[in-house]
Amino acid sequence: MSNQRRPEEAPDTGHEWDGIRELTNEPPKWWTICFYASLLWCVVYFILYPSIPLINGPNEGLLGWTSIKEYKAEVAKYDEQRAPYVSKLEGMSAEAILKDQEMLNFANSYTNAIYGDYCAACHGTSGQGAEGRFPTLLDDEWLHGGSIAAIQESVTYGREGQMPAFAGQVSDADIGKLADFVIALSQGNQGSDTDWALYEESGCGMCHADNAKGWTDAGAPNLTDAIWRFGSSKDEVVRTIAHGVNAEGVAETRNAVMPAFEGRLSENDIKLLAVRVWSMGGGQ
Amino acid sequence: MNNEHQNINTQLSSQEEAKVKEIYEDLAHWHVNTGDQTIHAKRMGGRFRQLKWFTASLWLSYFLAPYLRWDGQQAILFDIPDRQFHLFGLTVHPQDVWLLSLILILMAMVLFGVTAVAGRVFCGYFCFQTVWTDIFTWIEEKIEGNPTQRRKLDQGPLNGDKIKKKLIKHSLWTLIGVLTGVTFAAYFTDAYQLWIDYFTLNAHMSAWIVLGLFTLGTYFLAGWLREQTCLWLCPYARIQGVMYDRTTILPAYDAVRGEPRGKVKDPNRGSCIDCRLCVAVCPTGIDIRQGQQEGCITCGLCIDACDSIMEQVNQPKGLVRYASLNELEGRTDKPLLKRPRVIVYTSIILASFIGVIYGLSTMSAIDWHVLHQRQPLYTMMSDGTVQNKYTFKILNKTESEMRAHVEIKGPSDIAIIGIEDTIVLRADKMVPFDVYLRADPKQLPQEHTGITFILTTQTEPPMTFTYGSVIVRPAR
Repeated sequence: MSNQRRPEEAPDTGHEWDGIRELTNEPPKWWTICFYASLLWCVVYFILYPSIPLINGPNEGLLGWTSIKEYKAEVAKYDEQRAPYVSKLEGMSAEAILKDQEMLNFANSYTNAIYGDYCAACHGTSGQGAEGRFPTLLDDEWLHGGSIAAIQESVTYGREGQMPAFAGQVSDADIGKLADFVIALSQGNQGSDTDWALYEESGCGMCHADNAKGWTDAGAPNLTDAIWRFGSSKDEVVRTIAHGVNAEGVAETRNAVMPAFEGRLSENDIKLLAVRVWSMGGGQ
Repeated sequence: MNNEHQNINTQLSSQEEAKVKEIYEDLAHWHVNTGDQTIHAKRMGGRFRQLKWFTASLWLSYFLAPYLRWDGQQAILFDIPDRQFHLFGLTVHPQDVWLLSLILILMAMVLFGVTAVAGRVFCGYFCFQTVWTDIFTWIEEKIEGNPTQRRKLDQGPLNGDKIKKKLIKHSLWTLIGVLTGVTFAAYFTDAYQLWIDYFTLNAHMSAWIVLGLFTLGTYFLAGWLREQTCLWLCPYARIQGVMYDRTTILPAYDAVRGEPRGKVKDPNRGSCIDCRLCVAVCPTGIDIRQGQQEGCITCGLCIDACDSIMEQVNQPKGLVRYASLNELEGRTDKPLLKRPRVIVYTSIILASFIGVIYGLSTMSAIDWHVLHQRQPLYTMMSDGTVQNKYTFKILNKTESEMRAHVEIKGPSDIAIIGIEDTIVLRADKMVPFDVYLRADPKQLPQEHTGITFILTTQTEPPMTFTYGSVIVRPAR
């Protein structure tokens, strides 16, 4: 394929640099072929694909190709592959999914994006929460119950903590005593009779139950276990007792509101989120 | 060094005279390759020709191996969709891919070591490019005749005879290309089914692409590009230089003995009678008498050629022979085992060989990974215990289902939660699941306490696998 003359035979252009002559050889044939092939390809490309900028966007091209169409086709293909699993998940109850490890893994992958969008902002990317502000989903303490149904309910309708502010109703000294008492309870101590009397007299048992083990229907936590929703130091406990949770008109009250997702997420998505939360380590 | 010259007998018998005339008759045809003409190398017998046929025949195993069966399965199968590599009884998973890298290191080092000692042995005798080219030119010679006839045919007019010969030749070349392609594809799928699929036009798209690429590739590389591949395309041809040293033996021309070259009757000549037969037989078209050069693939065919001439002119063989630079210059080579390169290459070869043997013999039936949760590292539970979360990834690499039991060994009482007493490991499948450990933080001596998971299979005999991890508690 060579059309090159040897240096000694080829005429030159008269240009010479340090003994190197510029020859008048034509460009190599393979190069010329590639060059014209590229030109031809440009024409073909202009006809087939959008390439000429016009006033209302580029020409359409014979193939009608656009990147957004290609993207949508890819998404449709992906959805099609996923469809059998997704519809299988829809037909399964939360309990059934929890028993099927493969479907559970699929459900957990499926809810990655939903969890990230709707839950992770407060509860953390792996459900670790934020100490004192947003509860962790990994432990076995559930303010409103840790069964799959209770979790589903919490996500669907939201939750709002309620605890009255006791400052003014109970003396500061008694609030201090109560704080010492419940901290002692959480560390495994039994507490004296006078402590228990103060506990009952102040009305704590109305929600936290007479044995201080809490009442999930009211969202009242167990005071005898090691977990503290708003911090376990005496200062924090005193603040909670004095200013309450979501107490109206109290400046220093604790905020504890979980929004309702009914209407924002489909029933199926809520079910799968509940499954995810349940399987994070503390489901009951 | 002039002793040799005195031995040359410039008086030849009439019989020898005729032979010599014949040798020189061809002379005009042979010149050094400049890339602008197709090389039609002369083919002749000899020791290295035989060696080349023998090493080329090893490639037959490439064509036959896909049809071997082992335990009812294809003996050698790269099963890409299932991520498995079957080699007779052995199944290699992606997890064992470090073995592959060791094998590649082993092969590379053998290549380097051999090149350091004896030059481009691979190029000359084993390389698919040179072997296939050799077969292609052999076919060409069978159909179109010897180099002189071929050149005449190429330059001659396009007549019936030429068309017939070219058609047969190119069909045979294409056929070899097709066989090469089908064979390659057969390593990746059931070989027998593949033939059926090809013939019924039902083969997978990738099988057609492989077939197309290999057919075209073989046809053009071995049929048209030939030695140009070695000269301009092959990267290995270029890195040879750094592997050679003065002790590397290569086909070389003994210039001390051969020069000054001259015609047989020239009384002042050295041993070389300048018949250019060494150029004639060279598949890359070089002149070995110009010394070491990049075009030489060390196939040794010039040694055969020169020896045959030396025999005819009654001179000792070996004017062109395997020799090192040191030898040619009259120095002695270091003993083989005292050369640093040989020692280094051999040690790496040995180390990777031992590694491969170790890997193959200890390849386990289960591939097990336990991942400790990163965020958070631990969770405090309502009863004051600390809980750590682990993801178990257990791959059962065997073909049958296994049952297993997992327990935990640590410095204190650690409860294992979320795992059934007997877990089922499905055949050739990995389904990750979460497992929790709970312990009293007061009982854990360190913030990160080392623990060991122990997995015991309920097989006969039972197999035990351990996996070291940590359990984390808050700082005190």
